[in-house]
Amino acid sequence: MTERDVANNSDRSEDIIAALGEARTRHSALYITAGGSKREMVGRHCDAVELDVSAHRGIIDHQPGELVITARAGTPLTEVAAALGEHQQILPFEPPVFGGKATLGGTLACNLSGPARPWRGAIRDMVLGVQMINGRGERLNFGGRVMKNVAGYDVSRLQAGALGTLGVLTEISLKVLPRPQKTLTLRYALSAEQAVQTMNERAGEPKPLSGAFWVDGELYLRLSGAASAVDSTARQWGGEALDDDQAPWDQLREMTHPFFGGDTPLWRFSVQSSARPTAEFGAALIDWAGAQRWVRGEHPRAQLQRAALDAGGHVTLFRGGDRGGDVRPPLTPVERRLQQHLKKAFDPDAILNPGRLYSWL
Amino acid sequence: MTIARRTEDEDMQVNNAERLSASGTREALIRRLRDCLPADCVIENSESQRPYECDALTIYRDLPLAVVLPQNVQQVEDVLRICHTLDVPVVARGAGTGLCAGAMPHPEGVLLALGKLDRILEIDPLARTARVEPGVSNLSISEAAARHGLYYAPDPSSQVACSIGGNVSENSGGVHCLKYGLTVHNILAMNILTVAGEALAIGSLGLDSPGYDLMALFTGSEGLLGIVTEVTVRLLPAPEIARVVMAGFDSIDAAGNAVGAVIAAGIIPAGLEMMDRLAVRAAEDFAHAGYPRDAAAILLCEMDGTREEVAEHVDRVVQLFRELGATSLTVSADEHQRALLWKGRKSAFPAVGRIAPDYYCMDGTIPRGQVAYVLNEIYRLSKQYGLPVANVFHAGDGNLHPLILFDASDPEQVRQAESFGADILDLSVRVGGCLTGEHGVGVEKLRKMPSQFSPHELIQFEDIKYAFDPALNLNPGKGIPILKRCQEYRALPDRHRHD
Ligand SMILES: Cc1cc2nc3c(=O)[nH]c(=O)nc-3n(C[C@H](O)[C@H](O)[C@H](O)COP(=O)(O)OP(=O)(O)OC[C@H]3O[C@@H](n4cnc5c(N)ncnc54)[C@H](O)[C@@H]3O)c2cc1C
Repeated sequence: MTERDVANNSDRSEDIIAALGEARTRHSALYITAGGSKREMVGRHCDAVELDVSAHRGIIDHQPGELVITARAGTPLTEVAAALGEHQQILPFEPPVFGGKATLGGTLACNLSGPARPWRGAIRDMVLGVQMINGRGERLNFGGRVMKNVAGYDVSRLQAGALGTLGVLTEISLKVLPRPQKTLTLRYALSAEQAVQTMNERAGEPKPLSGAFWVDGELYLRLSGAASAVDSTARQWGGEALDDDQAPWDQLREMTHPFFGGDTPLWRFSVQSSARPTAEFGAALIDWAGAQRWVRGEHPRAQLQRAALDAGGHVTLFRGGDRGGDVRPPLTPVERRLQQHLKKAFDPDAILNPGRLYSWL
Repeated sequence: MTIARRTEDEDMQVNNAERLSASGTREALIRRLRDCLPADCVIENSESQRPYECDALTIYRDLPLAVVLPQNVQQVEDVLRICHTLDVPVVARGAGTGLCAGAMPHPEGVLLALGKLDRILEIDPLARTARVEPGVSNLSISEAAARHGLYYAPDPSSQVACSIGGNVSENSGGVHCLKYGLTVHNILAMNILTVAGEALAIGSLGLDSPGYDLMALFTGSEGLLGIVTEVTVRLLPAPEIARVVMAGFDSIDAAGNAVGAVIAAGIIPAGLEMMDRLAVRAAEDFAHAGYPRDAAAILLCEMDGTREEVAEHVDRVVQLFRELGATSLTVSADEHQRALLWKGRKSAFPAVGRIAPDYYCMDGTIPRGQVAYVLNEIYRLSKQYGLPVANVFHAGDGNLHPLILFDASDPEQVRQAESFGADILDLSVRVGGCLTGEHGVGVEKLRKMPSQFSPHELIQFEDIKYAFDPALNLNPGKGIPILKRCQEYRALPDRHRHD
């Protein structure tokens, strides 16, 4: 932590509670923002008064021996990563930091995780507890700072991907992991179809795989763990070994890879890892050993949705395109009703990020 | 404050004509159940109901109006629709190995036993998933996956018997959860039937889903939000090799320190378990695993992965334990010895069960660094209450399992055991931990919920419950306390009261 970081640390939760109270009295909605890095992605456009929570920041507690860190939601991820780095620890889910703007709260709300996700879990899997302020302005604590907790419903994990529609996240406790001793990348020239098959076969072997993605005819496999295990696996698997700076994992995680450039709509498929790749929507970038696939361009929604369903998953308009309409697939009437009931249970007056997740939510 | 919302709720509009008087309910219920289920799948006779009167926490017992044993999902749906129409409580039951009285029947309700839904529907070796019915036992999934070199990681000690539906509902863990996560980390999708019998598919074959994460919410929800009728689990490649290091220590403090030291060394063992003297002796007498009977505590630390990695980590752990004063050290030489060393641990509960008429198993979770302090406090309480206690638990996760030994035929001892247990839970919360790490709240810890949660937090739970089950018919009286607040605006039947 630099001195500036420390000076910036402050608890602004009372201000947040006050802002919510005011919004309730005025019957006006709030759009929660912190780093602003994901404003134009993940969710729909939300037309409401901004509630900037970026000043509510700072690491509250890091217990390296417990593998737990607790920080205020507005804390930049880079600050969290730096604190962990001092103890050779990492955020296991490799979140994008988007030029240092991304905060812990935004990352949990969007449930964004990087290439290691299939092996080390998403932020959703690592969250141990949250403090949040619900739509009634009540400060609530769920979960905790211990590894296991099944008392009550798992409200902490429910916040992952809820896009702030259930509450303003104020504090988050996460499980962290030791930094792997060694990381190594292997590259192979393969077609999309061969790559998906290979990724899945490799993921079925008991080896220290921690990344598998394919783009432009090349499959990249990343190994991390004990040096001995990484080296012996690399010998067995062959392929072209790449130095760390040649390997495109950072570009992939930060979405700075040329594939993500430009303004054309970016679609995210979350599907069964082994689903047969399709060229229907042009060249894809296939990550997460096949479970996350990106495509670009204007495509009929119905066609995208059918392809996603066929592949056992769903598709969302991640960035670009029409963000006033729904960017997520339609739900069944039962699903929709339950999602609405859940929203009401946390935010009965629909103050928090209305419409950010779904137009009707 | 939210009266309007509740009364507007579509689910609340129970057809009054269908609502039957209490005395008529039972007959009407049984008649309708018999219309949809084979004769031997509806049990109304109390003698035949006995096997279902409790789960593995046997001090809580009750008998339902009827036990039903549906053979397929359609029959589960039929049962739910009937109960919904008649406003009758439904309690799901898997294998009944739960330790919080979660599956204890409701005296005015139906016990929905899901044991007959026990088929493994599909294993996809390439995608590494298994699609199974809720009554399938935990272990049988790994057995079926073994021919593909795969297994299902969460391994509760009850895995021979417990069902995946029960595992999901409790978010069960096991000795390998330190490295591989709990149930919630190892399942992808589920089919649910709502309290009204409507079908709901949650999760996906991908790694996330588009709306709220209902997989997270349903896992660990103790049968309060819906009935699980199908689960798709993730399978992992079986490790190349696993070896376990067993270390004896002559004090609880030394063993407790060693737990923290392994983690601080940057090693995440597959499992890191601790047993204290009473547990070690009981397990050794039962399983002849080769445990050191004179140790104050032992640790079982398992490493798995590639051969090279395991060899390296075993060396480091052995070195570490030696430095920290281990009085004995054994490293499993082969699979046979590894299985034997685990056998003692896995049979520790029944083994302890042999040295006292009854035991009461607690489940608080604490920060790892507090293990020694909390165990010493538990021993102090044990003296104070005059009841022996054996500890066998997931030390790597800080998940305690003190087993309080008592005699259930003596009402005074039952009271003392419950009070001792409550003190342990308070202690866990006080050091920054929680009431339950994996066994759930059920009936047992309901009264303790206010020690971990504020009134606002409890009301938030309650509101979540209403979102899925507005008439409070799924497993009423368990899991989350329904506060008095509700009774101000809804005339709740007695069955939902807890005070
Ligand atoms: C000797 C012993 C060792 C144990 N070791 C462990 C351990 O290591 N780790 C651990 O976590 N637990 C352990 N347990 C506790 C227990 O085995 C687990 O909680 C297990 O998951 C319960 O599964 P079950 O099928 O027996 O569920 P049950 O006891 O039948 O039910 C448990 C709860 O789930 C609900 N439920 C069951 N099926 C469904 C369904 N299909 N849909 C909705 N709700 C449902 C019930 O209503 C109830 O609330 C142990 C128990 C014993 C007796």
